[in-house]
Amino acid sequence: MEKWRAADRLLKFSSRFASAVNWNNSCKSKQGKYFYSVATTVHRNPLFSSISPDDISYFKTILGERGVVQDALALDAANTDWMGKYRGSSKLLLQPKNTEEVSQILKYCNSRCLAVVPQGGNTGLVGGSVPVFDEVIINVGLMRNILSFDKVSGVLVCEAGCILENLISFLDDEGFIMPLDLGAKGSCQIGGNVSTNAGGLRLLRYGSLHGSVLGLEAVLANGTVLDMLGTLRKDNTGYDLKHLFIGSEGSLGIVTKVSILTPPKLSSVNIAFLACEDYTSCQKLLLEAKKKLGGILSAFEFLDSDAMSLVLKHLDGVRNPLPPSIHNFYILIETTGSNETFDKENLEAFLLHSVESGLVANGVLAQDINQASSFWHIREGLPEALMKAGAVYKYDLSLPLEKMYDLVEEMRVQIGPAAKVVAYGHLGDGNLHLNISAPAYDDNILAKIEPFVYEWTSKNRGSISAEHGLGLMKAAKIHYSKSPETVRLMIDFDYCVFELLPDTSCLDDNHSIICLCLSA
Amino acid sequence: MKIMVAIKRVIDYAVKIRVKPDKSGVETNNVKMSMNPFCEIALEEALRIKESGLASEVIAVSMGPTQVVDTIRTGLAMGADRAIHVDYPGTLYPLSVAKILKALVEIEKPGLIFLGKQAIDDDCNQTGQMIAGLLKWPQGTFASKVVLDKEKQTAVVDREVDGGLETLCLDLPAVITADLRLNQPRYATLPNIMKAKSKVIKKLTPEDLKVEIKSDIEVVKVTEPPKRKAGVLVSSVDELIDKLKNEARVV
Repeated sequence: MEKWRAADRLLKFSSRFASAVNWNNSCKSKQGKYFYSVATTVHRNPLFSSISPDDISYFKTILGERGVVQDALALDAANTDWMGKYRGSSKLLLQPKNTEEVSQILKYCNSRCLAVVPQGGNTGLVGGSVPVFDEVIINVGLMRNILSFDKVSGVLVCEAGCILENLISFLDDEGFIMPLDLGAKGSCQIGGNVSTNAGGLRLLRYGSLHGSVLGLEAVLANGTVLDMLGTLRKDNTGYDLKHLFIGSEGSLGIVTKVSILTPPKLSSVNIAFLACEDYTSCQKLLLEAKKKLGGILSAFEFLDSDAMSLVLKHLDGVRNPLPPSIHNFYILIETTGSNETFDKENLEAFLLHSVESGLVANGVLAQDINQASSFWHIREGLPEALMKAGAVYKYDLSLPLEKMYDLVEEMRVQIGPAAKVVAYGHLGDGNLHLNISAPAYDDNILAKIEPFVYEWTSKNRGSISAEHGLGLMKAAKIHYSKSPETVRLMIDFDYCVFELLPDTSCLDDNHSIICLCLSA
Repeated sequence: MKIMVAIKRVIDYAVKIRVKPDKSGVETNNVKMSMNPFCEIALEEALRIKESGLASEVIAVSMGPTQVVDTIRTGLAMGADRAIHVDYPGTLYPLSVAKILKALVEIEKPGLIFLGKQAIDDDCNQTGQMIAGLLKWPQGTFASKVVLDKEKQTAVVDREVDGGLETLCLDLPAVITADLRLNQPRYATLPNIMKAKSKVIKKLTPEDLKVEIKSDIEVVKVTEPPKRKAGVLVSSVDELIDKLKNEARVV
């Protein structure tokens, strides 16, 4: 591509979008409930059309009456994210039942210049799954068929709207498991998981979706169906474009089918809940666990004393595994293997050694599946407990292991008594979930958090979004973790995808990441 | 006073049960096994009684093949002082279990026998009652609360019955079987797991106890319950009435 043409395109690109202006903190609704992070303002691009009655009729001919939702209650739910922090004002929710319908909708929206937002389980935590303005919501929740499962290779092919927990149940009967697991599994859909490159609790053992997704089918902005639904473990024939879709958060197209490699379900699962006195012990324990438990280690999570206190206070059916006191740090270790006796002995020996060497102050070992679930409930229930505790500012960061907790302590000093700083996360992956819990949303508290947290992360070469994605919350912050040249290339690529497609007169996503990145 | 607690190794409560293709029983190969939840509750209660100073020792007893030792170890890790493993390769039904327990009681002479109200694999709900009958001891089954009186040598037991709660006062020695709401069992802590490794598990056989195991029950067939049929969405009230009338025949 000649440079002048690239520059010309970039110019056209940027002129299509609103220029960024200083974000107004007072983007609160009348109830004062919805609150955005300090970012740059996005204005609704006047080039995008608004929905007309003709559009509604057209959609009804494609999707039938049931596929076109204008009911206020249903729209309210679809317009609001799980945390109740981000709210759009869409007047139309479409529910296609198959790829063909998705293709026709997108083709039409493209020709009419109607902005759209793809939506799955709406469990995202960065405001990426709900409209910013009045974009048409395309929810793939009705596309929930399991298309095929190979019992020998473990390759599962299913539609994007399949709920993760349902896939886990299905595979359970076959003797397999999903390579990812997260607290939102009861509602999140695999299409969304793939589009956001969800991490979860087992990344330590089974790797990221970049490794387990073998193929996908996606529909581009102009309705083109991109069939990359391979089921092959190895396929080096050209650029592996599916990797760009994984984690693209819907900005390149709507994922409609996924082909994923599932690991066999191993019979011996053991889980221990441990208490450590300081963060250094936690790190050493991780190293020891990797060495001594090697192949059977399947999860290594941590939570601090504030997190434990919060969960005990706000979550139902939870009890302190190590009463009566609250320890400084808690570590949850899970092993998954095929030999029950051997694994248990191995884990017990490792744990007893850790106690003897002073790494672990105390701990409990689950004796049955019920106890194991109760340990997981503590860790997985943290987001829910935080919601119940009041307002929460959520940050999902990847940081070098030695420095990770320093941020938490510095944040505590920054914030002072105004709010509680709660830390937990996938210690094994170097992923911190930093949450600031306050009685109510307060600009003063936010001012103490941002940009401090992003600057700190950037200074330590961390990622401002380990697994949650950028969404609306962090799109304009991308520069904290990616160099300007990298961002520019992303924009160029995105532009190419749309420019090179025939009949793409409009862009897919009103608040596409690219738009906000450009403004930053 | 010693407390004897009978514990059973069963398929873990959270596991999805599968019937073997030959319908002779349930699939136990490669399936997670754990202590019967009611036995766990019984053991927890015994431990609490000991911790309150009203008993001197808690003895965990289990019967079956070698693997049963895993469950015994869990009991020891929870805090039982010592254990007895009655080694028997096959399945033991409640009457046999009760006879073996009677023989053990004659050796150990505990003041209280605790059991779970029933095992989750066979749901018999018989062993506690049978041993009480064999020993001619009073019994408090489905206990949701137990209060001991050392001086009077009695146990006041609240029982969960169909109509509500029934309170009994039993003279010790007695047999008590635990129901769900009696307590919430403790987790096995690492220090206790460590201590458990040096606790004694005495191995005996039914022959040692002079108990003859007669199989008085034979399992003929095990089948799954009929699968629930999926519901049908009807599109109008008329269709609903038609189906109720002509298919379900309830109207």
